[in-house]
Amino acid sequence: MRATFVASEVSSGLRRNLTMTLAVIITVAVSLGLFGASMLVRAQVTTMKDFWYDKVEVSIFLCSKGSDTPSCSGEAVTQAQRDQIKSDLESLRPLVQEIFYESKADAYARFQEQFKNSPIADNVSQGALPESFRVKLSDPTSYEVVASAFAGRPGIEQVNDQRQILDKFFRLLGGLQLIALLIALSMLVVTVLLIVNTMRVAAFSRRRETGIMRLVGASNFYIQLPFLLEAAFSAGVGAVLAIFGLIVTKAVVIDQILAPSFQFTSFVGWDAVFAIAPLMFVVGILLAGLSAFFTLRKYLRV
Amino acid sequence: MILFDRVSKIYASQNRPALDAVSLEIEKGEFIFLVGPSGSGKSTFLRLVLREERPTSGQVWVAGKELSKLSNWKIPGLRRQIGTVFQDFRLLPNKTVAENVAFALEVIGKPKSHIKRVVPEVLEVVGLEGKELRRPDELSGGEQQRVAIARAFVNRPMILIADEPTGNLDPGTSADIMKLLDRINQLGTTVVMSTHDSNIVDQMRRRVIELDGGHLVRDQSRGVYGYAQ
Repeated sequence: MRATFVASEVSSGLRRNLTMTLAVIITVAVSLGLFGASMLVRAQVTTMKDFWYDKVEVSIFLCSKGSDTPSCSGEAVTQAQRDQIKSDLESLRPLVQEIFYESKADAYARFQEQFKNSPIADNVSQGALPESFRVKLSDPTSYEVVASAFAGRPGIEQVNDQRQILDKFFRLLGGLQLIALLIALSMLVVTVLLIVNTMRVAAFSRRRETGIMRLVGASNFYIQLPFLLEAAFSAGVGAVLAIFGLIVTKAVVIDQILAPSFQFTSFVGWDAVFAIAPLMFVVGILLAGLSAFFTLRKYLRV
Repeated sequence: MILFDRVSKIYASQNRPALDAVSLEIEKGEFIFLVGPSGSGKSTFLRLVLREERPTSGQVWVAGKELSKLSNWKIPGLRRQIGTVFQDFRLLPNKTVAENVAFALEVIGKPKSHIKRVVPEVLEVVGLEGKELRRPDELSGGEQQRVAIARAFVNRPMILIADEPTGNLDPGTSADIMKLLDRINQLGTTVVMSTHDSNIVDQMRRRVIELDGGHLVRDQSRGVYGYAQ
């Protein structure tokens, strides 16, 4: 193995095929960039789920006088019913992590606080808001267990799961991520096709050299290595550009623009970026290396 | 050194065999002329020796190995024992004479010190000392063929295959190339040369193998070019 000889072959090959080299670098950068972006969105969804699911509660609203739900029969919840619900909730531990009781007065106070700058606050009277149990679950996805145990019982008007509202939002984000991933995948297919063609052109333009190499008994590995290294080099440069783009996205778009505007939620941290970046690099190199390898097997036969 | 045992080769696109049950043996150190009209199977013969083609039937033995049993990764090893020279020289135009010869050693991973030592040696053997830094387009046809022979011989192969090496050269230059090939043969390398040049064959008086339509029609030691009766 002559490292300097292989290195000079690689660099002259890259320069001779400069336009193709640039094309490969750019497509690899764009496709890996999209791939990284879709990974970042996924990490963002996970971050938001962790953040929000930690805060969501199941609300069990109790009957007020005049409720028209059948389980209330128009009467307010009695003390006995309230105690029974509380002890039943206690029996559901450890699924039920925490139980808060919110009286009508508490509910009114919280409502006034939440909408203090809005005219809605003035239109709500003390008794209009129902009392409720706020239940925090150790596993937010087991909402159904609580709902089936309490929904429709006497004294309970409604069981609400805040998670269901969030899920719609997460489904939307998940859809966006899927679209980004699909675009990334189709771009990766384009990248593979481009590399296959680049290798064909490179093999053709150097058929004189490779022909002589075959005749004097160079091994297949030796003949193909410069081509493989060229593909891997272009892909590596493209991957570095894509990773740079990802870092800029995190540092500028997320930290400088999105985070200050949307303070109610948390955003992906640098740990996600550092987890995605090596993946992008490896995917880029492998993709280029493998597509080059299989092309060359066809065009540079012994 | 080379043994053909009832070797036939039929190309997929043709019905007529390019070689039809050819059997012959070439000993170590022989000098062989391979003659016959175009399309008689000379090139197929040479390609079979290099294992660029596999026979449709029969066995080809080169340097003690049956080639159809040779696995793919061992083919380079076979070709390192065979030097090849062509009518069209096949030099790299952007490399100097010395670089063209060195290329053959670089691509089989020989160390730089070895290359530095043997390239000048072989250039002296072929009579190109002093022209190491010329490029192929600055050389005459005969000189270019000498570079090609130097490249084929630099690894001291057991067999040298020359496919019409004088086909592009004038008679005087051809005679010089033949002297060189003869000298390489004297150094112990088996030479198999296909040719259309009757003067050369008649002058050299070596073993002549004649093919016609894929058949071996003549195998004559100290033969001449003229066709078999």
